[in-house]
Amino acid sequence: MKGMPRKTTSLKNSRKPTAVKGTLGKLLKSLFVNNKLLMITVFTCVTITGIVSVFSSLFLSRLLATITEGLRLQSLEAVWGDLLKIFITMGVVYMTAVVSSFLQTRFIAILTQRFLHQTRTSLFNKMQSLPIKFFDTHKTGDIMSNYTNDTDALRQLVSQSLPHLYQAIISVITLLVIMFSHSIWLSLVIFFGVAIMFLVTKLIGGNSAKYFVKQQISLGEEEGFIQEMMQGQKVVKVFCHEEQAKIDFDAKNEQLASDATKAHTFANVLMPIMNNLGNILYVLVAFIGGLLAVISVPNLSLSGLKDVTITEFLIIIISFLPICKQFTSNVSQSSQQINSIVMGLAGASRIMALMNEAPEEDNGYVTLVNCNIDENGVITETTERTGKWAWKHPHKADGTVTYTQLKGDIQMFNVDFGYVPEKIVLHDVSLYAKPGQKIAFVGSTGAGKTTITNLINRFYDIADGKIRYDGININKIKKADLRRSLGIVLQDTNLFTGTVMDNIRYGRLDATDEECINAAKLAYAHDFITRLPDGYNTMLTADGANLSQGQRQLLSIARAAVKDAPVMILDEATSSIDTRTESLVQKGTDRLMEGRTVFVIAHRLSTVQNSDVIMVLEYGNIIERGTHEELVALKGK
Amino acid sequence: MTKNNEGIGTFSAFKTVLKSVREYKKPSFLAPLFVMIEVIFECLIPLVMTLLLDRIEHVGQEDLLREIIKYGLILLLLALCSLACGVFAGRFTAVASSGFAKNLRKDLYYRIQDFSFANIDKFSTSSMVTRLTTDVTNVEMAYMMIIRTAIRSPFMFIFSLTMSFLLNARMALIFICIIPILVTGLTIIMVKAIPFFHRIFHKYDALNESVEENVRGMRVVKSYVREEHEKDKFDKASKDVMKSFTKAEKLVALNTPIMNFCVYAGLICLYVVGSILIVNTNQQALELTQLQSFMTYSFQILMSLMMLSMVMVMIVMSVASAKRIAEVLNEQSTLTSKENAITNIKDGSVKFIDVSFKYSAKAERSALEDINLEIKSGETVGIIGSTGSGKSSLVQLIPRLYDATEGEILVSNINVKEYDLQALRDSVAMVLQKNVLFSGTIKENLRWGNKNATDEEMIDACKQAGAHDFISSFPDKYDTFIEQGGVNVSGGQKQRLCIARALLKKPKILILDDSTSAVDTKTDSLIRAALKKYIPSTTKIIIAQRIASIEEADKIVIMDCGRIQAIGTHEQLLENNDIYKDLYYSQNKLKKDQKEAK
Repeated sequence: MKGMPRKTTSLKNSRKPTAVKGTLGKLLKSLFVNNKLLMITVFTCVTITGIVSVFSSLFLSRLLATITEGLRLQSLEAVWGDLLKIFITMGVVYMTAVVSSFLQTRFIAILTQRFLHQTRTSLFNKMQSLPIKFFDTHKTGDIMSNYTNDTDALRQLVSQSLPHLYQAIISVITLLVIMFSHSIWLSLVIFFGVAIMFLVTKLIGGNSAKYFVKQQISLGEEEGFIQEMMQGQKVVKVFCHEEQAKIDFDAKNEQLASDATKAHTFANVLMPIMNNLGNILYVLVAFIGGLLAVISVPNLSLSGLKDVTITEFLIIIISFLPICKQFTSNVSQSSQQINSIVMGLAGASRIMALMNEAPEEDNGYVTLVNCNIDENGVITETTERTGKWAWKHPHKADGTVTYTQLKGDIQMFNVDFGYVPEKIVLHDVSLYAKPGQKIAFVGSTGAGKTTITNLINRFYDIADGKIRYDGININKIKKADLRRSLGIVLQDTNLFTGTVMDNIRYGRLDATDEECINAAKLAYAHDFITRLPDGYNTMLTADGANLSQGQRQLLSIARAAVKDAPVMILDEATSSIDTRTESLVQKGTDRLMEGRTVFVIAHRLSTVQNSDVIMVLEYGNIIERGTHEELVALKGK
Repeated sequence: MTKNNEGIGTFSAFKTVLKSVREYKKPSFLAPLFVMIEVIFECLIPLVMTLLLDRIEHVGQEDLLREIIKYGLILLLLALCSLACGVFAGRFTAVASSGFAKNLRKDLYYRIQDFSFANIDKFSTSSMVTRLTTDVTNVEMAYMMIIRTAIRSPFMFIFSLTMSFLLNARMALIFICIIPILVTGLTIIMVKAIPFFHRIFHKYDALNESVEENVRGMRVVKSYVREEHEKDKFDKASKDVMKSFTKAEKLVALNTPIMNFCVYAGLICLYVVGSILIVNTNQQALELTQLQSFMTYSFQILMSLMMLSMVMVMIVMSVASAKRIAEVLNEQSTLTSKENAITNIKDGSVKFIDVSFKYSAKAERSALEDINLEIKSGETVGIIGSTGSGKSSLVQLIPRLYDATEGEILVSNINVKEYDLQALRDSVAMVLQKNVLFSGTIKENLRWGNKNATDEEMIDACKQAGAHDFISSFPDKYDTFIEQGGVNVSGGQKQRLCIARALLKKPKILILDDSTSAVDTKTDSLIRAALKKYIPSTTKIIIAQRIASIEEADKIVIMDCGRIQAIGTHEQLLENNDIYKDLYYSQNKLKKDQKEAK
């Protein structure tokens, strides 16, 4: 918007992921609160999978022992019963694992998609409640990245990293119990090893996460640059600026590649390092175990300190080593998740930051209602659409309700305003728009014309002064009802994906096709619409990219016309329409707005010359006012 | 664009894209090499581990430590080698894939810089941005997967299978039974899931586009109090995406249970057959340690298949991206300079001879037809006409932003095709209807017109364009930072800066395509007066909506439906041209009223 401050420098920082403490807790809480049953199921399944995956190695040692026994007895029959028992137990346990992994992956898929849907919609709903100021001070791309990058990171976190991590924790705990039951001495060796693995993860994984975040920032910068250059590509051509554009691009591209290389290097080497640390630990455990066996140290396990023979100790070592391997592989597997956890939490914290933005405040209590007015001027409220409206004004003090007819009488008294408190852009503006009048604002760009309309519909609140609408202070009117009473056509037309008819109907959702077509005729849009391939059913995409700017403006006027509001604000609404068509459109809107209040903002004299009052604005002050003739007579500016 | 995708084969798309590997060929070869060596070590390590266990069990007490140390050292050595290979492989992979992505982005961007206007029109801005970002990232990921995992998995598969056959061929036959089951299962899932995902991604994109639409149109949403309506709309779309995604992911989620089933079934078979073999033949047919090794190999074989299936999904997913990238890389610029082109443009005269023009060969309607027009050097020409009448199309042919379909355009009596493109465009300054300023200071933006412009030159140009006053009112003056898209200056200010930028080129021909529409009438006329005074020898072509902007021109051209409807001076046209008369009176109603009153 014009003359509005943009805090882009501080915005760059806002994209920086700040892993807010407690983000994980909040995330889990919101996951749990909204999906209790699913969460419990998923937790149960993952727990089962985690425990079962550990047991497969236990079977092996039992099996080996039985086979050895069979070998000793030289008879299969002698141990067949035992073997069969082992096989059947294995079969049952493995089936459980297959079923639980089936349920787990399935439910996680459902949970993830549900959670993403919940996140998206609550984000979107939150966004609808934010004041215009939020959108004026945040780049569209930054807001969008909450829906794309951050949500993607969240998906990775919920569907992959968290279940992985949880399963690893369960496995590790189970393994710990088993390890302790074998030998606490050897467990201590593993602890030592795992401590080193943690340090390595922190070092390498930390670096990796750091550079991934850096890469993300460079990627964002490069994307911004690319977006800007692609949008201005024609200007680049016209100025033969291609070579310079290439040089600028290369610098950003090199930076991104360097960050990406570092990030991926750290990520790629983590796994081999962790795996082989696990292997080294294996050797260490074997060696120390052997040493302990040879010098016959009594074994310490959960069942207490016990003197064991060397053969017994060797059996302990033999069953301990595979567990050790499993333990370290679990640790190194979960270290792989560190990147996506860091990025996922950063995404989550950014989403939470948006969720914590203050919504648009609305303390208004005066509402707009349909009404009937009898010959004595007595207003009675009705639910039907009567074409007449009234302000319903409840008085808290005595509990009574008064009705004021909606006329479109707008008064401003000594209004001061600034988008930021330090910079006042409107000074002491007073004006009086009587119902049925057409008030025009002219003046050079940045003089404050649009700002005035921003104040009437309360996109922004005034710093000082008073605005009255039909004698009611607009701060008392509910914002939704205030805006419902104003028809606004903006210079930047924004159409929505849908048919032409849908777009016109946006003005009033219950309008019939006929009413929409009538509105289009009023706005002089009917002609070109009927010439479109599918007429009123033509699909518009990407803000009506298949229409010319002028046609888009005609459509947005039709959209306002169907709304049929008592007060109309036209902000450069016809700037891209040629003057001949404009005069036709004007005839239509004049007919529509008979007896209603119209504010017109325009550069072109032709747009404003039939106004009742023209206000000339300069640097936020009304410097002249009068009819066209009066102003021309004054000096013809 | 999607239709064009079908034009490029998968193979040729990859071939085109892979050309960008260039200097990263070495790491691209080294990475898989080290991966292969790493795999060998990874397969040997469990073998040695089993041997170690076996030794612990079977050697006597006196040899125990010696044996442990012996095998431990072997294991340690193998682990260190594997670690080194893993680190090298990881590093080379990172260098190769990031470098490849860098080159790919660069090639795309450079290619786009060489595009003509017609090429640019073919691809929308957002599609070009997606190609440069998301698509490149997809291809990068696939490339990384290919040189790392896609080599690793088959190699690991073959190595493990060979090892298990060497260990015991009879037992290895169990794998031969299980592998087909797994492969079939994974293939079915993949084949079913991929088209599913393709469709969903489109839906997902559409959802994000609708969010963007909402953000951009927030003023409209709020003005019409349509927050609830928008919420409903979004909720429905989001739910739709959720449902489709859930369906597809449920399908993919079958991967793990199938995999688990095969692993576990394989294990039980191995154990049953193994136990019987060992005990019955008293370790003749199979040794106890071999059974343990088999367990490891069974895991590795099945895991490698699983990874392979994931890699395949990634590669298939990247095909669409590769095609989209190749499409841009294969696009040839429709406009190029001739060899030995003329670089000197003598004066600013322009001549159109029987020119007609279509934006694309397929277009039904010509944008311009039968244009004959002569403009003398130094003249001021006004062009007026309703939207879509071909005003912009006409002037865009002068700096050869497009080539005429028929007829020829002469600048300084030489066909524009004979000139060097850069020289021509440096002499013909054009202020486009869609003005764009770039993020940077005002000075940096002005220097687009002339890299070496001095401060005085810049101030002069800004004075002529009516921009000096407002620039001076900014606290940072000419060093004021312009935000992306020029959002922190008003429309009129933007237009004036764009005019100043064009003036700095000191052009022979200056084209203003509706460039003062947001400038107030007073400033507009001041700019025109300045142009007349300071650059009298420059040909000035002005497209405008307001008659006032072109009233004083030496020649006024009226465009209608792609044709020149009339040429004349203000007075002549006012006398005998109905369109012009209409326009004039609609813009000067008051005067007309006064006239009628007389």
